[in-house]
Amino acid sequence: MSTATDTLHHDEHDEHHHHHIPKGIKRWLLTTNHKDIGTLYLWFSFIMFLTGGAMAMIIRAELFQPGLQIVDPNFFNQMTTVHGLIMVFGAVMPAFTGLANWLIPMMIGAPDMALPRMNNWSFWILPFAFLILLSSLFLEGGGPAFGWTFYAPLSTTYSSDSTALFVFSVHIMGISSIMGAINVIVTIWNMRAPGMTWMKMPMFVWTWLITAFLLIAVMPVLAGVVTMVLTDKYFGTSFFNAAGGGDPVMFQHIFWFFGHPEVYIMILPAFGIISHIIPTFARKPLFGYASMVYATASIALLSFIVWAHHMFTTGMPVAAEMFFMFATMLISVPTGVKVFNWVATMWRGSMTFEVPMLFAIAFVVLFTIGGLSGLMLAITPVDFQYHDTYFVVAHFHYVLVTGAIFSIMAAAYYWLPKWTGVMYDNTLAKWHFWASLVSVNVLFFPMHFVGLAGMPRRIPDYALQFADFNKWISIGGFAFGLSQLIFLALLIKACRKKGEPASAQVWEGAEGLEWEIPSPAPYHTFETPPIIK
Amino acid sequence: MMNQSTSSNQNNKLVVKLVVIVFGMFTFGFALVPLYDVFCDITGINGKTNETAIVYEATDIDRSRLVTIEFITKTTTGMPWAFEAKTKRIQVHPGELNQVEFYVKNPAFRDIVGQAIPSVSPGTAALYLNKTECFCFNNQPLLAGEDALMPMQFYVDPQIPEDVTYFTVQYTLYDVTAAAQKVAEAQAQASE
Amino acid sequence: MNLLTKMFVTIVTMFITLPTLAQSLESEGRSDLNLRSGVTDISSQVYDLHMLMFMVCVGIAVVVFGVMFISMFLHRKSRGAKPANFHESVKVEIAWTVVPFIILILMAFPAAKTLIAMEDTSEADMTVLVTGSQWKWHYKYMDSDVEFYSTLATQQEQIRNKFAKGENYLLEVDRPLVIPTGQKVRFLITSDDVIHSWWVPDFAIKKDANPGFINEAWTNVNEPGVYRGQCAELCGKDHGFMPIVVIAKTPQEYEEWKAEKIAAIETAKAEENRLLAMNMSMDDLMTSGQKVYLAKCAACHMPNGEGLPGVFPAIKGSAVALKDRTGHIDILLNGRTGTAMQAFSKQLTLSEIAAVITYQRNAWGNNTGDIVQASEVHTYANGK
Repeated sequence: MSTATDTLHHDEHDEHHHHHIPKGIKRWLLTTNHKDIGTLYLWFSFIMFLTGGAMAMIIRAELFQPGLQIVDPNFFNQMTTVHGLIMVFGAVMPAFTGLANWLIPMMIGAPDMALPRMNNWSFWILPFAFLILLSSLFLEGGGPAFGWTFYAPLSTTYSSDSTALFVFSVHIMGISSIMGAINVIVTIWNMRAPGMTWMKMPMFVWTWLITAFLLIAVMPVLAGVVTMVLTDKYFGTSFFNAAGGGDPVMFQHIFWFFGHPEVYIMILPAFGIISHIIPTFARKPLFGYASMVYATASIALLSFIVWAHHMFTTGMPVAAEMFFMFATMLISVPTGVKVFNWVATMWRGSMTFEVPMLFAIAFVVLFTIGGLSGLMLAITPVDFQYHDTYFVVAHFHYVLVTGAIFSIMAAAYYWLPKWTGVMYDNTLAKWHFWASLVSVNVLFFPMHFVGLAGMPRRIPDYALQFADFNKWISIGGFAFGLSQLIFLALLIKACRKKGEPASAQVWEGAEGLEWEIPSPAPYHTFETPPIIK
Repeated sequence: MMNQSTSSNQNNKLVVKLVVIVFGMFTFGFALVPLYDVFCDITGINGKTNETAIVYEATDIDRSRLVTIEFITKTTTGMPWAFEAKTKRIQVHPGELNQVEFYVKNPAFRDIVGQAIPSVSPGTAALYLNKTECFCFNNQPLLAGEDALMPMQFYVDPQIPEDVTYFTVQYTLYDVTAAAQKVAEAQAQASE
Repeated sequence: MNLLTKMFVTIVTMFITLPTLAQSLESEGRSDLNLRSGVTDISSQVYDLHMLMFMVCVGIAVVVFGVMFISMFLHRKSRGAKPANFHESVKVEIAWTVVPFIILILMAFPAAKTLIAMEDTSEADMTVLVTGSQWKWHYKYMDSDVEFYSTLATQQEQIRNKFAKGENYLLEVDRPLVIPTGQKVRFLITSDDVIHSWWVPDFAIKKDANPGFINEAWTNVNEPGVYRGQCAELCGKDHGFMPIVVIAKTPQEYEEWKAEKIAAIETAKAEENRLLAMNMSMDDLMTSGQKVYLAKCAACHMPNGEGLPGVFPAIKGSAVALKDRTGHIDILLNGRTGTAMQAFSKQLTLSEIAAVITYQRNAWGNNTGDIVQASEVHTYANGK
């Protein structure tokens, strides 16, 4: 460790003197600058979002009508699996890490992340993880086809030979996330500007701090469970094999012990983002800051005791089913508090509806719909009917697409002028928003209906009564996919600095340290820490 | 910056602490394996029964109650044995020691080692099924063409709740010849 | 203003049109929008619970979104709204922590009641052992010798879009499970390979089939009828193609069906013994072998015997099919541990196994010239 920090010192020292930005590919490969790394993360996650999205297009094309038309069932399963893995570990999580990199130092008045060299590593191992995962699709027998949840023994005894690559790539993703999380915690813990007490920290910083703790608590558990899958498949252990005294249901317990906190890892930073955007455009401070912090913390804590609600159908004693049902219902209380606080922030504000605000409002409405269907799913007896149907698919896409991803888009629009120094193209932005909003609902809302009517998830072909809705779902899917190309065009335009120059504050109602530095944010900021009153 | 070395010192300390948490949680992931077994023993998740013999304690036999137990057998893919419960259904008083037998035959032209895995439904009943002797505690080898009767001795704990009057015990038989050979080879090597 | 109205209209229309659409379709007798209330007391309790939860959620949504949209309408800068500065109120915070909590408690009571009713483990009138395997269900009636596999009956040509799709496309099986109405039927559920999940929506039963473990569920069907479901846990390639069909008959009709079934088993046994003594010609074995192969083997090993590289091995040119004759019989009868290759001793008759082995040893250029007769398979299955 000490050698690493020594060299790191040296580098920083150099840069302080020369203040030059290296050019070309080397700049990006060797950078330890939090803004550069943030940009890398964000572009990487957007590329992964488009890649995972392309897989979703294949899935929706196959499901456009009943019958097998385009892909065979084995490839279909690979698509659902890799789509899930890429969206979770490649799109949503790196996007939040990218935002953390860009914003946390600027928000707490720090010159950079605490561990810049590690920051570089944690990003650069990520592309390799996904190259490995994607390359496994081209192996004989194909890539992973057991769902992103990789339930044993489908992922052990009965999986194709590419499983070793899958395990390896998940390990790398995990190491990357853990390094990112450690960096965030150390930065927030040690590098806040003088006077920035815990309860003066911006919400995004708070939610990320809690997220980072969740990450270091559960990513190692994921590493453990994939290791068990690896040894069960290749080294003759029987963690999940009944013949050797193991238990396949135990896999699900360990996986979901990671998996449920993981869900909150993907939504807590979104809560932080929304808690910045709504006050800005309502021109009114966030309602109930303290209760927002406590609610975030209690959601994080509760997330450790609800995992088995993913497994009601595995056969549990009634007492266990009751416990997990009540614990899950309980999570809706702090989540509700957050939504109420946002609404109260809007109340008697002076609102304008710029694109970040539109995405934020869409987030509040659509995330709440996802949350309410989550509450329905918590009820064990009805969960027996909903479990593993499209109702669940609808639920988690409402919280993850119109929740997490909409918040990321809101964040991108909100801070883009700060990053690039120019206003984004407002016409394109509005097109992007409205096209996304309409298509995403055409895409995911009817999934509730087909789910309730009895369509299981992860099937390449379906009975005729689901045909009408599936057609609409696919059309919505294609439209949503295409809408993201508008976003791509807008981002390219903004990155090439085409647009009106943005002021330092950018938005009339924006508050916080990041709005006190010029736009675009200089390569080095807060080299002398600001004093917070 | 004047306090750079102190701050990097602080950073290192915190990083070390966090790395310890990471390794702790990685270990915890594996610790969940034995913890899960303990959890199952307490709650009866998945109907796992005791894996080693319990010594029968002559407790009071509850003559006022009868519990019906159903035995079912199953062989898995790759296992050619015939496997059958001689007693398909038995009614017992809680506390009373009983014995049932299972018939196995290896019709294949090769020697096979079998391992039976028990499962009880409803799972809570597993907590009250105490086995004092069972073929499922060990591997069972059969030569090609050989057959055998395998015993299982048990009693139902008198603490069993009143509402559990009926449960099912399933034995699933696996071919573990390859694994058993590996273990035998390892032992032979170790003793050399 | 313009944007706001658009957004408001979009969302409001979404909320209003969809339930109206749902109602109109439902009045046409279509049930593809909502949970079915099913045909058992439990399933209708579950349906009621679902509707209750749904209405509560709609209520919450209307209140929250209502307040939000009113605020968006009234407190706009373009309407000249001046921002207030309040940002804290302990009273309000307590209120919106406590009120949802009370709603949750009220929701928890009926949920717990239904759950306890579902998990009633008292003795049933009859028991069926349900075993999932890739990708079929096996049913065994515990009180008799009746047992059979139940596989997808939809033709491959329909799935591959060569024939028009039938009414029960993908929801039809060759041999449905038959149970009596008005009796408590218990299902013991387990699996041979990976995890499956046995789901019949009309009974509100969905229970995982875990390899090596048993789970149980029960039903008491009120109305005779045909009830369809599907496997609900991803179980590999053909997860989407292992439906469940349950026919509930009146007890009298059920007894008749069962008697027929038992008689059929007797006849089949007699037929089997008759065929055992017979020696079939190569041509006959090849013809019937091909039929069996296409029905049972081609899903994985492919009609051309080449398998799916890396997933399912080829038979064409394989060592087992060319050389190891007893090994070939063994793998057909008992399957192979730790692979998707199942035991076919219970799925096929001895003569069918003999035929398919002969076919595999002589088709696609595997010209071994071997002829395997039912008697040879019989010797292997039952020992020397």
